[in-house]
Amino acid sequence: MFDGLLLLPVGLDWGHASPALGWLWLVLVASGLYHGINPGMGWPLAVSAGLMDKSPRALFHALWALSAGHLLATLLVLLPFAFLLVLAEWQRPIQLVASLLVIGFGVYRLVDRRHPRALARIPPTQLALWSFAVAIAHGAALMLVPIYLGLCRAFELDAGHQAAGELMKANVGMAVLVSLVHVIAMVSAGGCLAWLVYRYLGLRFVSRSWFNLDAVWATSLVLVGAVALAFNLGG
Amino acid sequence: MTMRPDPTFHASPKLAMEAPAENFAYTLLLSPDFSKPDALAVIDVKPGSPTYSQIVHTVTMPHKGDEFHHFGWNACSSALSPLAGHAFIERRYLIIPGLRSSRIYIIDTKPDPTKAKIHKIIEPEEVFKKTGYSRPHTIHCGPDGIYVSTLGGGGKDGTDGPPGVFIMDCETFEVLGRWEIDRGPQTLHYDFWWNLPRDYMVTSEWALPPQFENGIVPEDLLSNKYGHRLHFWDLRARRNVQTIDLGANHQMALEVRPAHDPVREYGFVGVVVDTTNLEASIWTWWREGGKFHAEKTATIPPEPAPKEKLPPLLQGFGAVPPLVTDIDLSMDDRFLYVSCWGTGEMRQYDVSDPRKPKHAGSVHIGGIARRTPHPSGKAFAAGPQMVEISRDGRRVYWTNSLYSTWDDQFYPDGVPGVEVMANVGRNGGLELDKDYFVSFPDGYRAHQIRLEGGDCSTDSFCYPSV
Repeated sequence: MFDGLLLLPVGLDWGHASPALGWLWLVLVASGLYHGINPGMGWPLAVSAGLMDKSPRALFHALWALSAGHLLATLLVLLPFAFLLVLAEWQRPIQLVASLLVIGFGVYRLVDRRHPRALARIPPTQLALWSFAVAIAHGAALMLVPIYLGLCRAFELDAGHQAAGELMKANVGMAVLVSLVHVIAMVSAGGCLAWLVYRYLGLRFVSRSWFNLDAVWATSLVLVGAVALAFNLGG
Repeated sequence: MTMRPDPTFHASPKLAMEAPAENFAYTLLLSPDFSKPDALAVIDVKPGSPTYSQIVHTVTMPHKGDEFHHFGWNACSSALSPLAGHAFIERRYLIIPGLRSSRIYIIDTKPDPTKAKIHKIIEPEEVFKKTGYSRPHTIHCGPDGIYVSTLGGGGKDGTDGPPGVFIMDCETFEVLGRWEIDRGPQTLHYDFWWNLPRDYMVTSEWALPPQFENGIVPEDLLSNKYGHRLHFWDLRARRNVQTIDLGANHQMALEVRPAHDPVREYGFVGVVVDTTNLEASIWTWWREGGKFHAEKTATIPPEPAPKEKLPPLLQGFGAVPPLVTDIDLSMDDRFLYVSCWGTGEMRQYDVSDPRKPKHAGSVHIGGIARRTPHPSGKAFAAGPQMVEISRDGRRVYWTNSLYSTWDDQFYPDGVPGVEVMANVGRNGGLELDKDYFVSFPDGYRAHQIRLEGGDCSTDSFCYPSV
């Protein structure tokens, strides 16, 4: 999957990047930090793993598994859009539908607060699978779609003059880059918290720091979708 | 839904021990002749309170004949499971099953235990229809719902199919359905508990309803037809992965008490009676090399007694069997308390080395032959039975009734409901508190106790004590 990264310079026209670019990268990193500090995305699992095995290695191993699962979920959601964007003339409707999808999922999460029961069936030994399923079920990966589409657009990856093959490579490369940046930000934030709790703060912090983010999370989805929608309709 | 986890949820057993002490004890009352509705008594256990050791509130049920036995909370520390990722429920509702009726009561203990009231009643038909099980027994709050063990299968006498575990929603209390996907050789049920991060469940065996509802069946006992096996399950896969037979003479393997610290992959189970010698025994089970093992690690001998002191059931034996009917493990996994309901003794074992329990303390009270009174001078009928330990391990509470029809066979003179408490020394030792003696209203017997904010047989943890 790292092939995509190598292809990036081929497809990206850094010279023509729009001013919105910096903001979008910032938002992307912020989304990673946000997912990272949310206990629902798994940092307490890394603490538990470290304490259960009495070894920091187990903590980092858990973080690695959690990151892999999250990355996979992000790619799984972004890649179909990377392929879709090849249909350059459909770019606007695609962005429109994506924004509505994210808003719709946010509204659904606001209305139906019940947590998917199937997640409880995943054994504690399969952290990557757990992380993957959680990221999909809670719309964590979906939250990145508008940011991804915005970045593609800022880089003018939709430019009609490019050959479909090159465009596809560039889109895929961007999807990989977006996923990696997001997951690195996420694992940095979650990893720092896990390490602090494991090494310094103690387990009391687990319950003390745990806030109900359900409504905030759902609102974030709606917000990201709405901002993307506004940009799309405006631009 | 709350914004923060309930303050009575604790990440580790150590944090639970450091939490404020309990102010109230909830105790189940049963009417043994079914002439009155069963009830939940709320007892003031706050030292220095003007109503200390008194019933300060009673919730009386609208039906008769439920036979209350065990109960539990809708949610506990297991809600902090990092896998569930959703700790925003309250420890608020007590789930009380009627063992005889299969009716389940949901009692709301907020805003104040002294104002506890019925929140919902689940009729037996719903349990039958959705699970095919009957006679709900042990309640445990899991990270994904309330787990309920049952003693009966379908049909009028509960023998149509094996009993098992079912799950209820911890917020709506809807019965969701059977838990097991593959029960293996399991056909009997009693207690269960688990190690959440290590992902296993342990279940034990008492008997099928015809073997207990109308009293103990001596022929079945002497032909070793009561339960004597432990079943180990893959918790998330819901499959029986191993069954250990303790030996047919080890009749009635009841309470399962895993170590609270999830790093410790061992636990205990009590066996009521060995039919070859009337002994009771404590067994240690553990996991090693991916397999479970169990061995007898402590025995309690019967006590000889003259025929005139024995109920007809025991006269042929000339001895009182200890009858270990409940065990409970302190939050720090150090002391195991063992109720000898027959001989009238509460034993304390130091189980720091789990496969070598050391008899560390003991008090005598009641008993078939001994009939030891309480230090206050008051009579204590029957013997120590359901035992509950405070989170900090300093106080041990117990009641005296086993099960309506069995009480009558072993203690034909009657079993007025009583609850007592013993103080535990810093390094073990056990002494009855002469100021704590709760007598219940006439015609009621007392069974399981639950402590406000959680106790040693309620909460399970996903993080080790460090």
